[in-house]
Amino acid sequence: MIRVAVQPEAIDIAGELDLHDAGGHGASASFIGRVRGDGDLVELFLDHHPAMTEAGLADLGHAAADRWRLAALTLVHRVGAMVPGDTIVFVLASSPHRAEALAACEFLIDRLKTDVMLWKRETFADGRVEWVEPREGDQGRAERWAER
Amino acid sequence: MVMDIAYFAWVRERMGIADETIDVPAGIADVGALIAWLAARDARGALAFAEPHRIRAAIDGVMMGPDAPLVGVREVALFPPVTGG
Repeated sequence: MIRVAVQPEAIDIAGELDLHDAGGHGASASFIGRVRGDGDLVELFLDHHPAMTEAGLADLGHAAADRWRLAALTLVHRVGAMVPGDTIVFVLASSPHRAEALAACEFLIDRLKTDVMLWKRETFADGRVEWVEPREGDQGRAERWAER
Repeated sequence: MVMDIAYFAWVRERMGIADETIDVPAGIADVGALIAWLAARDARGALAFAEPHRIRAAIDGVMMGPDAPLVGVREVALFPPVTGG
């Protein structure tokens, strides 16, 4: 019931909803991350490791399933070249209760930023190309979820 | 000691290749020594590995530090810190 995918193709949200079997449980929480067009960004390219990126997503999915009662979990990440507005990540967590579905969704989004083998490269309208540096704010948000 | 070396993100761009198979000389015992050897090998390596503290490594799919030994290794991946999804 944990579905994980890393793909260069556009994420088909409707298709993913069809594949996601909430098993009759009451609550599904989702997150859709899209490419922002800040600062005249024209392309976002995401580099990934062919095996480790997907394994990292699967590990995160299992960590969420260990922590909350989840009926089903979908975690799809796009890689390669994208333009502003494209869906880059889709998270969908289903649980008997809304609090657990929402918490699992937020956990997964925060940890995606620091735990998964992905590297962002931004291309701007004036031709500048920059690899994104890790952000300390992301690290802080991910660390909130450390085992207590 | 023959192994595959894979590069990612700006390390890949600076090396100009995504991966290569290298017969690593005897005496290059760990990841840190491999990075230093690549930096000394040619101009591309010097560019990619000028700042070893900015390089992370994974051996056969597992994140490792610079003192991780290379014995029996199939693939070493070298890359900058991840920037997330």
